Amino acid sequence: MERILEQMPRFFSGPNLILLLESAGLTLAMTVAGCLIGFGLAFVLVFLRQTPGLWALPLRFVCILYVEVFRRIPFIVVIYLVLFFIQTVTPNASLFTIAVIAICLYAVAYTADIIRGGLESVPLAQIEAAQAMNLSRLQTNLRIVLPQAWPVIIPPAIAFAVSFIKDTALVSQVGVFELTFRGKELNNQGYSGILVFGTIALCYFLMSFPLSMLGQYLEKRLATPRGQRRSRKIWFT
Amino acid sequence: MPHLAVKDVRAKYGSLEVLKGISFSIEKGEIAALVGPSGSGKSTVLRALMGLTPITGGAVDIAGETMNYSSAKEVRAARDRMAVVFQQYNLFQNMTVMQNLTLAPLKIKKWNKSEVMSEARRLLGLVGLSDKADAFSDQLSGGQQQRVALARALALKPQILLLDEVTSALDPELVNEVLDAIRKLANEGMTMVIVSHEMAFVREVADKVVFMDAGQIIEAGTPTELFDTPRTDRARDFFSKILRH
Ligand SMILES: Nc1ncnc2c1ncn2[C@@H]1O[C@H](COP(=O)(O)OP(=O)(O)O)[C@@H](O)[C@H]1O
Ligand SMILES: [Mg+2]
Repeated sequence: MERILEQMPRFFSGPNLILLLESAGLTLAMTVAGCLIGFGLAFVLVFLRQTPGLWALPLRFVCILYVEVFRRIPFIVVIYLVLFFIQTVTPNASLFTIAVIAICLYAVAYTADIIRGGLESVPLAQIEAAQAMNLSRLQTNLRIVLPQAWPVIIPPAIAFAVSFIKDTALVSQVGVFELTFRGKELNNQGYSGILVFGTIALCYFLMSFPLSMLGQYLEKRLATPRGQRRSRKIWFT
Repeated sequence: MPHLAVKDVRAKYGSLEVLKGISFSIEKGEIAALVGPSGSGKSTVLRALMGLTPITGGAVDIAGETMNYSSAKEVRAARDRMAVVFQQYNLFQNMTVMQNLTLAPLKIKKWNKSEVMSEARRLLGLVGLSDKADAFSDQLSGGQQQRVALARALALKPQILLLDEVTSALDPELVNEVLDAIRKLANEGMTMVIVSHEMAFVREVADKVVFMDAGQIIEAGTPTELFDTPRTDRARDFFSKILRH
C-alpha cells in the first residue's frame, strides 16, 4: 500500500498519462471503427441472406456459414488469422488496420444475428402491405421494415459494442499498443500492478459506462410510442 | 367486355389446394361481394389478385389486359392496377397518416408532388379525417385507422379496389363510419371486390354475390337471387344461418 502511495505522483505524471490516454483512445477508436463498419456490413449480409429464389441458394448458404463459423471461433484466433493473412497479402499493413479488420469481421457475425432478429420482429402484414403497393424489396426494407426494427436492433447492438471495448484487450497479443498492452509495459517498468491495472480498469469502465447509458436511454426512448415521443425526455431514469 | 374477369384461378398452400378454379367477372363500376364460411378461400382470392399468394393456374383480365402472374413484371402490372385494404388495416407504423397516403404515389408511381398532396388531403376529407394528417396510427382508433387504410388505397387511383373484411376487426359502433366511406365510393362508381359478413350491407351495395365454400364457387348471382332464392343446399344453409341474426 505504501509503495502504491509513493508511486502515485510519478505514475500519474504527464508522459504516463498521455500514454494511457493515447492507448485508451486507440482502444475506443478500434472498437468504434470495427463495430460501425461491421454493423454496416452486417446489414448487407442480412439483405443478401434474404435474397429469394433458387439461384441465390449458394449466396444464402455462404451468408449463413459466415455467421455460424465466426460465432464459433474465439476472437483471438480471428486476430491471428487476420494478422497472418493480411501480412502475406500486404506486409506493411499497420497493426491498427489489422485489429480493426479483425473486430469488424467478428462484429459482422454477431450483429448480423441481432439485425436479422430485428427485421423479423416486424409483422409480415407490414411487408405485404408494402409489396401490394409495388415497393421493391430494398424499398420495403429501407422505408418500412428497418425504421420499425431499430428499437429491437439498437439496444443489443450497443450492448455488443460495449462488451467489445474490453474484448479488444486481446489485440495486445499481436502488439497493438492498446490499453492493456500499455498496462503491461508500465507494470514491467516497476509500477505496482495494483496501481497500474486499477487505473486501466477504471479507464475501461469510463469508456464503456457512457455508452451503456446511451444504450439504455435509446432503449427507453425507442420503446416510447411515437406520438408521445417528442415532448418527453428520459435521462437515466 | 368485363372490367375484371377472374378466370379459373387456382392456388395452393403446400399440398392443400385452397382455390380450386375460381371464375367470376364484373363490369366497370360494379361491386362483387365474396361471401362464404371462414376458411373457404375468400381472402386467398384477394391475395392471389394482389400477387401475395402465388397462383398455380388461371389468369385475370383487367380492363381487357390479361395478367397471369408468371413473372415479377406481370405481378407488378397487376399490383399497379389494383389496391387492397386488409382486415387489420396494416398502416405503416413508422409513418404519419399523410406519409402512408403519399408514399407509393410519390415513390412508386412518381406522380407530381403537389397533386399527390392535394389528392391525399381530398381523400382524408372524403373519409372524414382531415384533422389527422400528421397522426401516427397508434394515435387513432380502429375505425379511423381503417378509414386511413381506405384513403391510402384510393390514393393509388386503382382501377379495382379489393376490401377484405374491412369491418371485422372493428368495435360495432365503429363499423358504420367505415361502411359509410365505402358507400361513398360505390356511389362514385369505384369497381370493387369486397369480402364481407355484413349481409345487409352486401345486399345494399353489391351487384353480384359470389358464394364460396372449400375453395370453390358454389353459386353466384344478384343479392336477391342468392339471399332469397338460393339454388343450392349449401348456399341456402349458409344464408339461413347468417341472415337470421
Ligand atoms: N398462410 C397460410 N398457410 C397455410 N394455409 C393457409 C394460409 N392462409 C390460409 N390458409 C388456408 O387456406 C384456406 C383459405 O383461407 P382464407 O382464404 O383465409 O379463407 P377465408 O378468407 O375465406 O376465411 C383455409 O383452409 C386456410 O386454413
Ligand atoms: Mg379471410
